[in-house]
Amino acid sequence: MARDVAVVAVSQTPSYRLFNDSEAKLIMRCVNDLLTSTGLERIDIEFTIAGSCDYLSGMPFAFVQNIDGVGAWPPVYESHLEMDAAWALSEAWLRLQLGDIDVALVIGSGKSSPGQPREVFPLQTDPYVMAPLGADPVSLAGIQAQALIDAGKATERDFAEVVARSRRDAMGNPNAQVAKDVKVDDLLQAPYFSTPLRKHDLCPISDGAAAIIVAAGDRARQLTDTPVWIRGIDHRIDSHHPGLRDLTDSPSTHIAADAVGLHDGPIDVAELMVSYSSEEIVLRNALGLDGGTRVNPSGGPLAGHPVMATGLVRVIEVAQRIKAGEASRGVAHASSGPLLQQNLLCVLEGGK
Amino acid sequence: MARPSAVVGIGQTDYRKRLDVTLDGLVRMAAIEALDDAGMTFADIDAIVIGKAPDALEGVMMPELSLADALGAVGKPIHRVHTAGSVGASTAITGATMVESGRYDRVLVVCYEKQSEGNATWALSGGRSGGQGAGGTFAPWIRSYIQRSGAPDHIGWQVAVKDRQNAMKNPHAHLHIENIDIDTVKNSPMLWDPLHFLESCPSSDGAAAVVIGSEDVARNGPNRPAWIIAHAKRTEFSSFPGRDTVKPQAGVDCAEALYKKAGITDPLHQIDCAELYVPFSWYEPMWLEGHLITPETEGWKLTDSGATALDGSFPVNPSGGVLSSNPIGASGLIRCLEAANQVRGTAGDYQVDNARVALGHAYGGAAQYFAMWIVASELSPQFN
Repeated sequence: MARDVAVVAVSQTPSYRLFNDSEAKLIMRCVNDLLTSTGLERIDIEFTIAGSCDYLSGMPFAFVQNIDGVGAWPPVYESHLEMDAAWALSEAWLRLQLGDIDVALVIGSGKSSPGQPREVFPLQTDPYVMAPLGADPVSLAGIQAQALIDAGKATERDFAEVVARSRRDAMGNPNAQVAKDVKVDDLLQAPYFSTPLRKHDLCPISDGAAAIIVAAGDRARQLTDTPVWIRGIDHRIDSHHPGLRDLTDSPSTHIAADAVGLHDGPIDVAELMVSYSSEEIVLRNALGLDGGTRVNPSGGPLAGHPVMATGLVRVIEVAQRIKAGEASRGVAHASSGPLLQQNLLCVLEGGK
Repeated sequence: MARPSAVVGIGQTDYRKRLDVTLDGLVRMAAIEALDDAGMTFADIDAIVIGKAPDALEGVMMPELSLADALGAVGKPIHRVHTAGSVGASTAITGATMVESGRYDRVLVVCYEKQSEGNATWALSGGRSGGQGAGGTFAPWIRSYIQRSGAPDHIGWQVAVKDRQNAMKNPHAHLHIENIDIDTVKNSPMLWDPLHFLESCPSSDGAAAVVIGSEDVARNGPNRPAWIIAHAKRTEFSSFPGRDTVKPQAGVDCAEALYKKAGITDPLHQIDCAELYVPFSWYEPMWLEGHLITPETEGWKLTDSGATALDGSFPVNPSGGVLSSNPIGASGLIRCLEAANQVRGTAGDYQVDNARVALGHAYGGAAQYFAMWIVASELSPQFN
């Protein structure tokens, strides 16, 4: 029987096109914010786990400097993943199951501004067969979008509708980087960028950080009147080779959805890591979401994409809707790798 | 509540330069050997966790993505740890945690590095040219240790000889140096005073793997398990005024937490042997003291007495250690799995007699990340 674990406090920085200071400073802001809002001292945090990426900074061991933002003195019990912080949350959840500690801090941070993401991200692909081709995520997303159109699963108008809705919703999100009321017909007039995708179908390049405190059982109830319970968290991966996959579907998302019991109840809100508008179509279908679910009310990653924190921000956005009483059950989704290769789902629920 | 976990399978490649095999091939060699040892195939595995040092060492970003197929991970969870030099031990601990959580019964842990693909000293200098590398960072702290402890010069040379002699018994070791002795070490070129070339770790390629199983899996496996009776991690800042870089507080705290969890009150006598992360010779006495195995200034005396040799009372690095093989991201896991080899009785020619309880250890960054585990031949070993 799993131990109940809840999100008790959340913090995120805005998504910046360029944050002209250190990543540690972004982290420190979130950590200090969480300590203030919970009344916890640093020493009360029993486990810390962070997700970040050396390659974004172009500096091996970049994450070592990030602990300056955590406040690792006296020494802390901590770990680090070279993955989006949503995976750090999954490890924190596992760690809290051991029962000897109750409070964990999860941090995600990334600055894409120092580099050229389209030159960096091809290094995620197979180094022998794919990487020499320089197939970057934007080009691959175009191939995926075209496959959706060819399969009759989406139209260019569908992509534009995702963009228009996301940007409009982002106007209510103070942390959004791209927010505007735009008309679908106007979007469809824009030139192609990675056919059939247009520039607005792509997420922006962002810097930012996010952090949450999770706690087990009664400790969670002590720390907040509105705990948001993690009812299921699971992640799965698909083959790395695009040629071995049906790009219009996401088998790993299907498996994760079953593992978290997604279909055991209605989903009021879904925050999906949609880096390209076409991905929303794939994910909606894989998750079986219908009109009863509000998708990306924050605007989603199309409105701000602080890489390595983006997945954790999805958890934060769902948790905040539940805390505010706007939703009672929701799902957060995070993804890693080109073409939605790896997918994580976290089902959240309100209640004492 | 936490349930027991155990190492039920071990696999290692040879740690020489591997121009003959891809990254996929390298990790598969270790993984398949560990699965065979556990009496399993990839199909039996519930989740995979990989660890390695910076992605820039091979130029492959987030390699869990491109290695998913090679590690049989498609359709399963795969997780990636990176905690600098301590990563191999941290990854092992994450694997143990996954089983202890009750969520997974069989977890495959794989760590690797293929240093021949890149330039480690460049990467270890933060990706800047003209950096000082790891040896340049550690040498001043080693000089400080020597001054504080009054250790004689030959201690470093002695560790370098002892670990390479042990490596002669380990077919996986990168370095097999015939007839090495104190003179060979001290006459090798000076790299970072007081560290000579032969007091430093090599740049190695290789992968290591373990299968970690639940109690049920461990009791029903084909081979003896190594029970993971305790693990601990601690981290501190890389620098701040007053930081003790010779005996970092995080290393002390980590050891205290580890021994407490294991029920160990006298590590020198209750632990039968240790695989310590010693990339530069002097770190053997420094960690003996820094992890409370001996009192301060007594670590080098233990080394000097011969007690840390394979036939001594407290063998350290019977496998030859990091000084003989250093595929960085795997080196911490190798320490952990060699500790498991000792308590399983599967260490071959470098088996320590009657090893029942063993310590696996790694550190990283500016001696600021620590990860350790204790494995035992029994689930609840009794300490006198």
